Amino acid sequence: MDSLETLARRTAPSADYWSVRAVTEQTERISVRDDVAEAPVRQRDAGVMVCLMRDGGLGYAATSDVSAAGLERAFARAAELAAATARHTVFDYRKVRMPVPEGGYRSPNDKPAAEVSLAEKYELVRHVCASAKIDDAIVDRAAGLWTTRTHQLFVTSDGGRAEQSWDFMVPSLTVVAAANGDTQTRSSAGQYNGFCQQGGLEVLDRAEFATDGPRVAREALELVHARNCPSGEMDVLLMPDQMMLQIHESIGHPLELDRILGDERNFAGTSFVTLDMFGTYQYGSRLLNVTYAPDVHAQFAAFAFDDDGAPAERQWIIKDGLLLRPLGGAVSQARARELRADIAGVSTTRACSWNRPPIDRMSNLNVEPGTSTLDDMIASIDHGVLMRTNSSWSIDDSRNKFQFGCEHGQMIRNGRLAEVVKRPNYRGISASFWRSLAMVGDAGTFRVMGTPFCGKGEPNQVIRVGHAAPACKFTNVTVFGGAK
Amino acid sequence: MREQFETLADAVCAAPPGIDLVSLSFAAETTDFIRFNHGRVRQATHVDQRSAAVSVVRGGRRATGAITLRGDTHADIAAVLAERDALAAQLALVPEDRYLLLPDTATSTTRVSEGRLPGAAQVVDAVAFHADGTDFVGLYAGGPVVRAFADSRGQRNWHSVASFHFEWSVYRGGDQAVKSSYAGTAWDEAEFARRMVRAREQVGLLARPRATLSPGEYRVYFTPVAVAELLNMLSWGGFGLKSLKTGVSPLMQLHEGRAQLHASVSLAESVSTGIAPRFQDDGFVKPDRVRLVEEGRIAGTLASPRSAKEYGVAATGANGFESPESLAMAAGSLSERDVLEALGTGVYISNLHYLNYSDRLACRMTGMTRFACFSVAGGELVAPIGVMRFDDSFLRMFGEGLVALTANAESLPDTGTYAGRALASTTAPGAIVEGFRFTL
Repeated sequence: MDSLETLARRTAPSADYWSVRAVTEQTERISVRDDVAEAPVRQRDAGVMVCLMRDGGLGYAATSDVSAAGLERAFARAAELAAATARHTVFDYRKVRMPVPEGGYRSPNDKPAAEVSLAEKYELVRHVCASAKIDDAIVDRAAGLWTTRTHQLFVTSDGGRAEQSWDFMVPSLTVVAAANGDTQTRSSAGQYNGFCQQGGLEVLDRAEFATDGPRVAREALELVHARNCPSGEMDVLLMPDQMMLQIHESIGHPLELDRILGDERNFAGTSFVTLDMFGTYQYGSRLLNVTYAPDVHAQFAAFAFDDDGAPAERQWIIKDGLLLRPLGGAVSQARARELRADIAGVSTTRACSWNRPPIDRMSNLNVEPGTSTLDDMIASIDHGVLMRTNSSWSIDDSRNKFQFGCEHGQMIRNGRLAEVVKRPNYRGISASFWRSLAMVGDAGTFRVMGTPFCGKGEPNQVIRVGHAAPACKFTNVTVFGGAK
Repeated sequence: MREQFETLADAVCAAPPGIDLVSLSFAAETTDFIRFNHGRVRQATHVDQRSAAVSVVRGGRRATGAITLRGDTHADIAAVLAERDALAAQLALVPEDRYLLLPDTATSTTRVSEGRLPGAAQVVDAVAFHADGTDFVGLYAGGPVVRAFADSRGQRNWHSVASFHFEWSVYRGGDQAVKSSYAGTAWDEAEFARRMVRAREQVGLLARPRATLSPGEYRVYFTPVAVAELLNMLSWGGFGLKSLKTGVSPLMQLHEGRAQLHASVSLAESVSTGIAPRFQDDGFVKPDRVRLVEEGRIAGTLASPRSAKEYGVAATGANGFESPESLAMAAGSLSERDVLEALGTGVYISNLHYLNYSDRLACRMTGMTRFACFSVAGGELVAPIGVMRFDDSFLRMFGEGLVALTANAESLPDTGTYAGRALASTTAPGAIVEGFRFTL
């Protein structure tokens, strides 16, 4: 892509600022369902996004025509849009000092997936699918591998240059059991790929992909014979594959600076968080410590520069329960500082691909480990339920009233794990829920997870997000089960 | 662009030796996205994108590769041919798929809809003028969208629509807002102005003191937009053959005769009245109409080619997810002007937000109210309400709980723009439902 940088610098018109972001992404998906392999699908997506600021206006133009002529047309179109909007922008973009990146990033990738043949990958996925057939009550099994390699070159008018490449690995296994007049679905880490990391085949080792089939199937059978989760107010112990969703919906989204500034109000929504709350608002109990952590090894949204070129640095978002800073990049920070001069942010302005402009996103957003062992947390609960693996999520447009469901529940009575229960759900209000955080698991309970499917933005964008968390105990939560 | 596609198709869709079938699925769009906040432009983005997915088939083996195209015919032909030949070489490593099903007849179709669309500056100026003084936030998306298909048997399908959709909210403050939209193929600024006037009037109603509802059961009116939200949720696994056969369909109770929707509920995948292409990525051409629910009872399912082969039924041209793209609910008989009187005392629900299943097999859904929802007493809007969470069964709501459907069903285009602009739509009437359950 070096030639593209030369091309961009030669082609760019005069402007207050411009950037070119070129993305090439190659994906391969293979899947096996009930021991029958489905046709492989691979994709190579390539294109360029031009951003141009002139006279306070801002224009973006994206094209899959990566030739010199294509880039020239994109610059011209971006300039037209900057001119059309110059007197009508929500913010005078001359006021923002855009970052000047210099450097790069490369994912860890100890065992490159590309070095393994398609036939070998199918063999592995076939094996995982077959290993889940442990009983006649298992009526559906699906296993898959989704590998992605992304390369991005970002250059700016003031000499900035960031070249980053990522390898992503997303295994999946879902098993359905039918018996006892019911059907239950159990997955390895969520039906929407909760275990996803950067890297190659070593990610599959960490996911225990090759050996997880019997466990997932066994738990599906347990669930189909289990009774419904009881209703009532009780303690809940959320494991990392549910914590990731709890963090995502009720900490991540409400802290996105563009939501706070109102950009998302027509679509994803606003936020109960306002600019005056940073530095003073007790978001959760003193046990709550949340980081923006772009540097966690292999976590799904690790990177060195965001898509405006700002260097990514670890920051406390919430420390000892106190809300410190929002999730917003250079442009949003500049806008917010017109309303509150001391507002901070983090470098997390990102786009899903070359054909969308960057907006404020979560990246790696983690709850830091505490000091409690899992045994200690279980022992501390007289009446409660341990919940694993998100299956349902819904929250209001201010990110306050939520209701979440899990695949797998297990009662805790008198400090001991008891029977498995199905369809465990709970609901609450973000503003009070995090203050009921009573125990935070130690590093032994900490797990690095994420999702490939965080949707937001107009136009819509689905982006990769990382969430790592320990097990956490919450008190006096409204819990309920299914209809039968 | 059609000529370019035809040239590409002719060059690529010739099966090389040892290959039974080559197919080409093509997508392109040129879109202006203009995003507004506080009545001003936040981001204006022009996107010009085109891509092709080429598949090669030998016996029960198939491999598919998708690549972005430049729009340069010679370069694109070379790129797709290279991908086709690489896939052909890869086929030996691909396991046999015994559920692979391909069309047995070649059916060519054409649909072209020209549009009269505004330039970006025209939209920006229109908003600056007509939304002046309001807290206006939303997205305009407009331009031509193309879907096409070709294969080595000679089938050619072309679907080209030049259209726009503009969806916006006018905020009064906090989370209080009125949502509006304007979509079509011919931009008329006067029509946009009329809709803005209506939005200003409606937002005035939000100035009344806000009512706080307690959790409990309420008689409610869902606007067509709110009904469409519920139907879109139901479309997630509700109408597909695979979800039925694997026992995870939210309509299992309906299929098993353990529940029944109200006799006035009829649902169909109505391709002939929708805006989605008539063909899917494998080249299957969809029937005009697939009946899904008829007078409250199950009438059919959507079968993808793969499910059709696996379960031995006829394919309906459904996509891989087996979700409808032109779902239509039949209208009822309640006149729109009589809605508030028929509701009497209850809640007027304009929009729903962030739905999900809380118990899929019970068809129980949760979600939030959003935007301009009002408490109603004596057939009059009384007060805007704070957002409420609901948790209720669709089978109950549109079974024993259904009081009336309105006489007009609105066609609501899918405004989704993930990866590209959606071409789906949902047609729905408004509905009065008794006993709707708010929980938080």
